[in-house]
Amino acid sequence: MASGIERQKNVLDFTLSSLLRRKGKNLALLAVYTLLVFLMASVMLATSAIRKEASLVLKEAPEMVVQRTVAGRQDPIPLAYLEKIRDIAGVISSDGRYWGYYYDPVVGANYTLLVPRDEMPEPGTIIIGPGIAAARLAMAGDTLEFKTQLGGILELVVDGVLARDSELVASDLVLVSASDFQAIFGPSNGLATDLVVRVANPRELSTIAEKIAARLPDTRIILREEMLRTYDAVFSWRGGILALLLFGVVLAFVIISWDKASGLSQEERREIGILKAVGWETSDVILMKFWEGAVVSVSAFLLGVVLAYIHVFFFSARLFAPVLKGWAVLYPQFRLVPFIDASQLTALFFLTVVPYAVATIIPSWRASVTDPDAVMKGL
Amino acid sequence: MIVLDRAKKVFAQGKPNEFIALHETSLVIEADRLTVIRGPSGSGKTTLLSLVGCMARPTSGRIHVLGREITSLPERFLTEIRRKTFGFIFQQFNLIPGLTALENVILPAYPTGERRSELEKRAAALFDLFGLASKSKSRIEWLSGGEAQRVTIARALINDPAVVIADEPTAHLDSKLSREFMATMGRLRGEGRTVLIASHDPLVYDHPAVERVFHIRDGRIDGAGP
Repeated sequence: MASGIERQKNVLDFTLSSLLRRKGKNLALLAVYTLLVFLMASVMLATSAIRKEASLVLKEAPEMVVQRTVAGRQDPIPLAYLEKIRDIAGVISSDGRYWGYYYDPVVGANYTLLVPRDEMPEPGTIIIGPGIAAARLAMAGDTLEFKTQLGGILELVVDGVLARDSELVASDLVLVSASDFQAIFGPSNGLATDLVVRVANPRELSTIAEKIAARLPDTRIILREEMLRTYDAVFSWRGGILALLLFGVVLAFVIISWDKASGLSQEERREIGILKAVGWETSDVILMKFWEGAVVSVSAFLLGVVLAYIHVFFFSARLFAPVLKGWAVLYPQFRLVPFIDASQLTALFFLTVVPYAVATIIPSWRASVTDPDAVMKGL
Repeated sequence: MIVLDRAKKVFAQGKPNEFIALHETSLVIEADRLTVIRGPSGSGKTTLLSLVGCMARPTSGRIHVLGREITSLPERFLTEIRRKTFGFIFQQFNLIPGLTALENVILPAYPTGERRSELEKRAAALFDLFGLASKSKSRIEWLSGGEAQRVTIARALINDPAVVIADEPTAHLDSKLSREFMATMGRLRGEGRTVLIASHDPLVYDHPAVERVFHIRDGRIDGAGP
């Protein structure tokens, strides 16, 4: 057992010194390999993180939202509609929601102002998202100014900063009291931005939605499940498009590695001949080549994944962001919260590391099963 | 003792370029002797050494090494015999460039699973023996011809083999180094090892340490001498 470990150590030792001897060639290979893993892993990490973000956004979202539309666009909805909805069997509650967008010229960004139903801030105070806190260098106790609809300035004191649970949800959010909301956007006059509906049995959602649509023909009903499916489909599709483009890169790499591996250089063949001649078994040579392939491919894999992680979560997947995020669906500025899908990483590992290892071993095996007397003949 | 019983080696058998490198040969190479296979280039010396050293299998006939019939053994066992029983000194040295002299010497012992520190200790003793102590960390391409030759001898001895096989060992050495090489072989023989050398160099086959010479020509042993 101990000698088995020593044998592995000795062979690995020789492998590492072999890799160092062909430094230039192996570094070039490692660079190409790492680039491949980096590209693939970036797409995978970004896609799964965005999907995760989307599902986080929607986890907090109500099961059903009712919006009024006028000429196809969303319009404030009368609170009187609440009664008509509450009458429907299966509806537990229905409330008006107040939210809107506020453009802050100081940082050139849009905030989402929301009046929370629970734990509403005291009038004169606000709770802000981490994105705003960072952009305005604001913390608890600071004051932010908002322009009111009448042209005045409303100063609101920051009472706290939201947790970084999901940047996408919380980044640009400002939680504000109902009175301050009205001061900024004008009196509500019996109107809300939209209505949220909670139902007793989720399986009745679509039936209830149909009933609301029948009773209130000027409204549209948005179900959380539908949004979730849409997000999922959109990001899977985008990730798929990129993966398809990258498939070409993978194919090129497979061809390069196959070519490199199947055509062992004269020097490598000679070396295998010497090793065989001095008493290495075919299995020792294959073990050496296995370690060689493993060292290159696992290093490239780890390096590629780490670089992809940095690229996606520290630099917001800058290379693919326009394709993956899309301007219309999500907010233009956000940083993804790290999320790694283990099964996808495993798949990537098997797609990149295993083919390379196999491509390296087979020709070495072919070279090592030949009689070592070739080396005696001065090959 | 190594016995060849009607051993024959044919290359590219059945093809238009078929070539008989060694005709049916029966030969006894005694243990604890310094034996030389003497013959011109292309006479079949290297093929004979390859068969004896378990590097290739005969096309027909049998070979016995230290009382064991090796012709029918699977590759794994052949390799083990090659590693444990034989130490090889090649005409082209066949050292691996880029590695140090030390790494080259301990290479045959890697698959044995011995600790590296043990191997290095054994190698150091061999380097001392051959006056190479100061060169152990040098890469082999920095060594002179004579030094490289001594490194290959050290490599051949790292697994403490019973038989040392050398193929045209003086081909790249001047007369002084050739004599030194033969003196070393005589010393190995004195330690109780069997030494088998293939050469057409008179400095080798006329050396006083040589105890037996076989003449080979056109793939046939055509004579023997003391």
